[in-house]
Amino acid sequence: MFQVVMFNLTNGLIVGAFYVLMALGLSMIINLSNVVNFAHGNFLALGGYFAFMLTPYVGFWGALLISPLLTAVVGYAIEQILIKHVYARNHIYSLLLTFGLGFILQDVCRFFWGPSPLPLGIPDSLSTPITADLFFITWYRVFMVAVVIVAVTGLFAFLRYTRVGMRIRAGTLDLDTVSALGVNVAALRSYNFAVGSYLAGLAGVLAAGQIGLNPNMGDDLIMPSFIAIIVGGVGSLTGTLLGGLLIGVAAALTTVFYPAASEAVIYVIMAVVLLLRPRGLLGEEGMLS
Amino acid sequence: MVANIGSILSGRRSLLKGAAVVGGLQVASPFIIKARGETPVKLGMVDPITGSLSALAVTEVEGAKWTVEQINKTGGILGRPVELLIEDSANDTGTGVQKTHKLIERDNVDAIIGDVNSGIAYAMMGVTKEKGILHIVPGGHTDPITGTDCAWNTFRTCNTTAMDTSAITGELVKRFGKKWFFITPDYAYGKTLQSNFVKKLQALGGEFQGDMLPIATSDFSATLIKAKAYKPDVLLNNMGGSAQINCMKQFLQFGMGKEMALGGALFEIESVRSVPKEAQAGWWCMEWYWNTPGVPAVKTFVDAISPVIGKKPTARHWMAYVSIHAVRLAAEKAKSLKGIDMARALADLELPPEVSLMPGKIRYRAGDHQLMSNIHIGQMHPSEGDPDNLFTIAATVTGEEAAGSVESTGCKMVYPA
Amino acid sequence: MNALLRHKYATTAIIWALLLTVPAWLPVFGGYTALAGRVLVFGLAAMSFNLLLGFTGIMSFGHAAYFGLGAYGCGLFLKYVSASTPLAMLAGTLLGGIAGTLFGLLLVRRRGVYFAMVTIAFGQVCFYIAYKWDDFTGGYDGLRGFARAALDFGAFKIDIANNSTAFYFFILAVFGGAAVLQALLLKSPFGRSMLAIRENERRARFLGLPIEKHIWLSFSISCFFTALAGSLYALLNNFADPLGLNYIMSGNIVMITVMGGMRAFWGPLIGAVLFVALQDYVSSMTTNWMFFVGLTFVCVVLFFPRGLMGMFQKGART
Repeated sequence: MFQVVMFNLTNGLIVGAFYVLMALGLSMIINLSNVVNFAHGNFLALGGYFAFMLTPYVGFWGALLISPLLTAVVGYAIEQILIKHVYARNHIYSLLLTFGLGFILQDVCRFFWGPSPLPLGIPDSLSTPITADLFFITWYRVFMVAVVIVAVTGLFAFLRYTRVGMRIRAGTLDLDTVSALGVNVAALRSYNFAVGSYLAGLAGVLAAGQIGLNPNMGDDLIMPSFIAIIVGGVGSLTGTLLGGLLIGVAAALTTVFYPAASEAVIYVIMAVVLLLRPRGLLGEEGMLS
Repeated sequence: MVANIGSILSGRRSLLKGAAVVGGLQVASPFIIKARGETPVKLGMVDPITGSLSALAVTEVEGAKWTVEQINKTGGILGRPVELLIEDSANDTGTGVQKTHKLIERDNVDAIIGDVNSGIAYAMMGVTKEKGILHIVPGGHTDPITGTDCAWNTFRTCNTTAMDTSAITGELVKRFGKKWFFITPDYAYGKTLQSNFVKKLQALGGEFQGDMLPIATSDFSATLIKAKAYKPDVLLNNMGGSAQINCMKQFLQFGMGKEMALGGALFEIESVRSVPKEAQAGWWCMEWYWNTPGVPAVKTFVDAISPVIGKKPTARHWMAYVSIHAVRLAAEKAKSLKGIDMARALADLELPPEVSLMPGKIRYRAGDHQLMSNIHIGQMHPSEGDPDNLFTIAATVTGEEAAGSVESTGCKMVYPA
Repeated sequence: MNALLRHKYATTAIIWALLLTVPAWLPVFGGYTALAGRVLVFGLAAMSFNLLLGFTGIMSFGHAAYFGLGAYGCGLFLKYVSASTPLAMLAGTLLGGIAGTLFGLLLVRRRGVYFAMVTIAFGQVCFYIAYKWDDFTGGYDGLRGFARAALDFGAFKIDIANNSTAFYFFILAVFGGAAVLQALLLKSPFGRSMLAIRENERRARFLGLPIEKHIWLSFSISCFFTALAGSLYALLNNFADPLGLNYIMSGNIVMITVMGGMRAFWGPLIGAVLFVALQDYVSSMTTNWMFFVGLTFVCVVLFFPRGLMGMFQKGART
């Protein structure tokens, strides 16, 4: 029984933590730039592959630090070259643009690293179970949750206490006013996109250590992230956090009692939320509607 | 002139080469295997070169290209050169069907080969049957292709899931015991696999438990906890692709490798190569293996193809090799390239050892058009000596023994009048 | 005005002339009849989608769901109920259309990105059900074991099952019927109010149009036509595939529409020609076709946002 309780707790956290990292980045970009980034899952894969490339030179820990930064740089560059041109246009264009971008990035990964799955080596100290009783909790799982907590705390601190962070939050609420106050909105959106890409890259490194790498690894994670955002409410980062954890824990619990439905349950949650509270758990009425 | 996918032969591209091609794109130069002179015999191949099955498909295509080159060096088919046209199904049924139409209607191919994905292979059968074209399925395992949905023009080279499960069950029970735990993907293929296992296991008086999981599961801890509590003799890993690998990794991380045996129907060399050493383990079926002592033809084949592909051939190379030679043998026996003539000729035609690359009388059985090939049972291990020495054969089961009677497959073969 | 009208009639006449003579000229250009069938099916799906995007100004990114449901409805009917092609198409159209109508109820108050995200999620729900319910739908392997049946008119039969030219003309007939209905719809008062919503939703509301009801109706009609295209797709392949419901397919439908030109009635059909030809050609040339398809998407968005037809329509606004 103890094992089962512990298992549900940790597993829900781990699955939820993945969704949260993915969804927060996606959510930030939607909130400030009104762009649903279909390529977000491909940024995740890119982060993982960067780590794969770097590990032989700087080790796992070095890769964990550097790959998300590299992903952020790629994200920033792509925003500058492509995405910023469609902010002023109908949403259909930003969706199509990132959709096509996703194809390109996936093919680039396949081109450079091949279509077969690849393993990302993690330190031996992380791949052992924490105790004999809790044989199913390896240190890597504990570590992943810790990294996510640090990253999320860091993100919220960044948004609350730094100048850029505050402007991002203000821009989310009322972009016109922020712009009228003399803030360079274009630059703000670029930084914001880079931060979102950073989170995707970080999620990619963590995911690669757990499930290995393949060019379409992001595809399985992007839908849960969408749903985390819809459930939590578009426009609210705290909502996204809550939504991610909620569907993560729900999926993990279902795995114990009825494994085949572990994917279905997140869609059920979404349908219930949309029926009973269409703006999402913490979404504000009128936001983006 | 038809251009084809030429980048396959180059294998995994190096970073340097990639960097040289600006922007990471690569346009294939037209790739046509063709000897001089007469109108060629055209073979159309449809395989998921992109998508989640691409590793397997790329090997099959590689094998097919090599085989066609060899055939062209030794006189072609019916004295005519052979041209191989390759199309990517992108692991999408609609695309696979469209490409089959393209090959038959526009390129007028004489036979169709494909697809790795059973679902696509099945959908292609609809087209090839309608057009009366010989269709060889080299590597799609789902039973109905040569079972309840068998067709006069379709022959299959790889085994059915029923054959693989039947071959390995006896061996696992004999070696480890008959209390089993299944981890199975929750879709048609997984369900067929598990029910075939269960049928065999129960016939031997065994008992089992198991979980059906979503096909793309990446975390197996919940199920592994259940498995550990059940204390089975064998854990059957029926997952595929990266799910299969992650399941094995976690099984070993949790230290369960010391408590129970691990096994399943298929763990293909393409996947084995891409997993960490500790996950190169367990008891599996091998549909063909390069290191089969006692068959001289195997050594000849391996020595000829290995330098070209840069590694030892896998079962997928063999499937393509046998499939293409089957077309050649059928055409030569029938002295015709008409689908119906070739199909009648190929049924029950005994393949010579230099084609089957196996001991015994190997043939596509007339009753269901399923190749009755030997199945090796053995243990996967990290490479020893040769980097491709990953598997040790412990036992071999003949195809007839594993497949059972034609009646049991549910196939009723009907030829057009 | 007269010149514009004449231009319009000329375009329509040319398109029909080309479509009716496909079996004669397509092989000359290295095509094959099944490819033309595919163009018509995707063209119809995109034209139906465009009722919403181009003519009501509402963006859905989940139309694959209704396309796929049309395919499944048609296939399931042929497999389990009766081997009648027209009835099966009716079943598919109803299944996809009714599902769209119901989803539409939940959607009408959403706009913009949120609307798109919810349509994507609904699409994935349908994908998921088809994928999961494998006893009934064939699951991951797709629905198989059905085939289109010859049309039986009592006095005579048309063999669309084995004669690919006859089947092409059958698709063309269905396509033509649907296109005429869509054109009539756009000319009707309801069609005019769709345009009013597209041009300025707030003004239309002030004029007393029941906006939510109109958007819902427009979504619903669009879904019925998309499902009709889906049922043709099932007949074309003799197969229904869960990937046909996936968001990738939705993206393709949107892309076809934009590529051809979403402000032109025939734009999506032209887009389908470009898209199908590109996919067919590039994927035979290189395994890196995804790169080129993605690149095309990016280039169309950045450089040709009005699509091919849009480039010829002088003065049209984007």
